Amino acid sequence: MKINRRNFLKGTAAAGVAAATGFPHIWIKNASLAYAAGGEIKVGVLYSLTGTTAIIETSLNHATIMAIEEINAAGGINGMKVVPVVEDPASDPATFAEKARRLVVGEKCVSVFGSYTSASRKAVLPVFEKYHNLYWYPTLYEGRECSTNVIYTGAVPNQQQKDFIPWLIKNFGKKFYLIGSNYIYPKEENNVCKILLKRLGGEVVGEEYVPLGHSEFSAVINKFKETQPNVIFSTVVGDSVVALHRQYKAAGLNPKKMPMASLTTSEDEVAAMGGEFGAGHFTSAPYFMSYDSPENHRFVEAFKKRWGKDKTTNFVSEPAYFQVHLFRQAVAKLGKGDITPPQIRKAAWGQEYKAPEGLVKIDPKNSHTYLWPKIGEWQASGQAKIIEESKEWVEPLPYWAYPGQVCTPTGMVEKKS
Amino acid sequence: MNAIASQISVGLSIASILLLIALGLAIIYGTMGVINLAHGDFVMLGAYSVWFLQKQFGMNLITTLPFVFLIVGGVGWLAERLLIRHLYQRPLDTILATWGIGVILQQAIRLFAGAELRYVKMPQFLINPVHIFGYEDSAYRIFIFALAIALLVATYLLIYRTEFGLRMRAITQNRDVSRCFGINAGRIYALTFAYGAGLAGIAGALVSPLKSVAPDMGTSYVVDAFLVVVLGGVQSLLGTVASSYVIGQADGVLASLSDDTIAKAVVFLGVVVLIRLFPQGLFAMRVRRS
Repeated sequence: MKINRRNFLKGTAAAGVAAATGFPHIWIKNASLAYAAGGEIKVGVLYSLTGTTAIIETSLNHATIMAIEEINAAGGINGMKVVPVVEDPASDPATFAEKARRLVVGEKCVSVFGSYTSASRKAVLPVFEKYHNLYWYPTLYEGRECSTNVIYTGAVPNQQQKDFIPWLIKNFGKKFYLIGSNYIYPKEENNVCKILLKRLGGEVVGEEYVPLGHSEFSAVINKFKETQPNVIFSTVVGDSVVALHRQYKAAGLNPKKMPMASLTTSEDEVAAMGGEFGAGHFTSAPYFMSYDSPENHRFVEAFKKRWGKDKTTNFVSEPAYFQVHLFRQAVAKLGKGDITPPQIRKAAWGQEYKAPEGLVKIDPKNSHTYLWPKIGEWQASGQAKIIEESKEWVEPLPYWAYPGQVCTPTGMVEKKS
Repeated sequence: MNAIASQISVGLSIASILLLIALGLAIIYGTMGVINLAHGDFVMLGAYSVWFLQKQFGMNLITTLPFVFLIVGGVGWLAERLLIRHLYQRPLDTILATWGIGVILQQAIRLFAGAELRYVKMPQFLINPVHIFGYEDSAYRIFIFALAIALLVATYLLIYRTEFGLRMRAITQNRDVSRCFGINAGRIYALTFAYGAGLAGIAGALVSPLKSVAPDMGTSYVVDAFLVVVLGGVQSLLGTVASSYVIGQADGVLASLSDDTIAKAVVFLGVVVLIRLFPQGLFAMRVRRS
């Protein structure tokens, strides 16, 4: 920084104040000033660029970087530039924790945007809790978590399923076959699904989990044929989604009679399986690339312009994008000396932002986000046709399936019933 | 009756894919004794070759097959000439070397083709199912079954009915004596390795429209292939066929009774127990090796 008259005056004034108010105060002020030192706000960007989940996480990194560039192009936050510190945790939870520590302790980032898998989020939690830092998590996930050091901007089960399951029953019937990959996310989603089905008089004719990365579905498809469900409720993830859809069609099953209803199939998977294999199946998510709103047109256009014409946006990259803008709004409310992770968290509560999916809001009660669930039917073009939209934003309830447990600003609270 | 028929067809379908994947490994591992951990990545390379040929030249999956065989076979040939031939006296080192080749192939694909899942088109006339014996089955799976048999027959003829095969078998039995009879062992080894790699490439090409195409797809295939070859007995084509069938049916039945997660674990356990009882595999061929 160049020393000019103004800076010099500011500096001496600050020194005077510090001298007057005494030692402890200087200590605290210095610590927080370090977060926004030199007119820069450092943030961490922690998405895998290599390893198994690199495919999807690279798009999250892209969405985050794009949002930061937009903020800086518009003059930064109260004149301060946002500086991203990018780390590659290589799809490995232990590396996530190590890189998170570096971002928080070494780089003194004021917040970190990161994670796709729940495993990696769980791995970094101790770091953020120990150093009272703040993690922004964009992925839809299984809920049942309530950290005071995370802002959750992805959907939780109640948001994706509340309208979806009744709609499926109304249009196709009551017999559901639940198929998922074998880990925590599908099991929690299916818990919610089963509760909803019980209330609505639905029936589970099969529940099954396949190993992660599984690609041989002939036995599973045989069971579909035997049990003849009305709906196949799928929480299969990754490349298994592609294999399942292709083998489904090759075996002659018909999405008009027995559609797959998924919480995890996005534009990326449909592109990989080929539009004709995805056509006729359904996904419930707050965001689809084809959603018709001025904000979304702008988002998709900017994303393609920045990262390449053939790139797609999806229901994970959209929150990865808008959460950076929510961060901007929260920080903009704070004085320069107050830019600390706990203050940002408080300032973020209740923030609203016109995201590509609609107006979203961070719930002050549980640091999750009000979102706009939609139901999309996949087309041969590889895009979804949106056939149902929530009339209002849907409140996030991370403990929906666990009565008696509530997420509060101070963590999860068990209510005695 | 229908349930049994459909169960058998599920098992056959799994078995034919296993056979396809394992055939190339059976040749390389069986005749050369090279534990080729890059086998899965040759499969992956085959899948990417089809993707590339379809994208660049708009070729049909079936017409790409000879090219895929040549491309992946060529890569196999290079790997043998440049690296593996120096390690024939050190079998344990080939494990590390071939694993390294696998890593290089995976990263090369990531660099040149990108990390995203890729789309390989299924031949249009095989997308819809067909009716056989009053039972509806996937046309593409039947196509894979037929090709697996065809490749098996071709390989059998190559090994047991050609001069090349005769030399190959001679080297397998005793390398030094064969060389005394004027057989160019180096050349035969290189061609054998290339042939095995080429078969893996074709396997990758054929499974790609039914499964998914990603840089790390080879990992699960190499495990399956070793499972089949080890259970069947090294150096035995018949053993490879039989063990593909046994594992395929067991997998299908167990997956129907419980689910795929359990089936996988039980099949592994079963193979471990069988290997304990028959260390040479189910169909061991008695040969002297130098």
